[in-house]
Amino acid sequence: MTTVTLITGTRKGIGRHLAEHYLARGHRVIGCSRQPADLDHEHYRHFEADVADEASVKALFTAVRKDYGRLDNLINNAGIASMNHSLLTPVETVRRVMDTNLTGAFLFAREAAKIMQKNKYGRIVNFTTVAVALNLEGEAAYVASKAAVEALTRVMARELAIYGITVNAVGPVPIETDLIRSVPKDKIANLVARQAIKRLGTLPDVSNVVDFFLQPDSGFVSGQVIYLGGV
Amino acid sequence: MIDELVQLISVSTRELATEQGIDVPQSLDAGTRLFGEGGLLDSMALVSLVIAVEQALEDKYSVAVALADEKALSQRSSPYRTIGTLAAYAAQELSARKAG
Repeated sequence: MTTVTLITGTRKGIGRHLAEHYLARGHRVIGCSRQPADLDHEHYRHFEADVADEASVKALFTAVRKDYGRLDNLINNAGIASMNHSLLTPVETVRRVMDTNLTGAFLFAREAAKIMQKNKYGRIVNFTTVAVALNLEGEAAYVASKAAVEALTRVMARELAIYGITVNAVGPVPIETDLIRSVPKDKIANLVARQAIKRLGTLPDVSNVVDFFLQPDSGFVSGQVIYLGGV
Repeated sequence: MIDELVQLISVSTRELATEQGIDVPQSLDAGTRLFGEGGLLDSMALVSLVIAVEQALEDKYSVAVALADEKALSQRSSPYRTIGTLAAYAAQELSARKAG
């Protein structure tokens, strides 16, 4: 049976890496982003969708159900950041960040679990950040949205356990992606200094943890958050 | 419309019962109690049924209908009490989707 893996935010960065990583391992990969992706592979299918838009998300899952008939793994990678002091953060930014990071993760997990419960098997991996554990200043909205994702991870782990579905989260340190390109160098250096292992993360550091959560042998691991860098 | 939905939900209920080894009566109709006092399903089976009905509705009418409801687990006003109440709720959601 071929493994079907759905990854959100696959146009670039970590999501793109994960899509290529699992395609290389023989998975059928379904990806999505708001814009088209240039990832061309016979086993890759791309959807253009805003993860926080319920109608588009439901349409995507209808296609998954009809075309693949199953879903083994969901990787809720899509996310946006806002690097702003709370006093300088417009409310619209807070809403946008919460919508993409929390509502998006919620909608995908909910719809994925509806398909997974049928087979009594599923793996859901959410994305958080070490900034939650570090209470990192300058990212209040982003950190709050990811703290909510961690709570969602723990509660859904309990709710979905009965269906053989595990829900876990990985919290990367800064990695060279678009998300941190706009962050001042000294901010990144400060963050790295607070890690036990003081270097930037790499894409394989992230896929290694995701690999662990996705393994069929990890069926007894749920509701957990693994931070990179020894945070 | 309601009769059609009662039929669709009855079929989904029977399929689920077979899958999960739940005892159901020979004939299912609008009055069959699904959830709550005297209901056929526990909360886990109810979740599976609601999902199966959502998918069946989508396949039949080509509209995505969400049957999740705030009052889902309230005994008195839950739309999941019987096949009939679920059919009425589905009809309401379907027409809201079509109008929208």
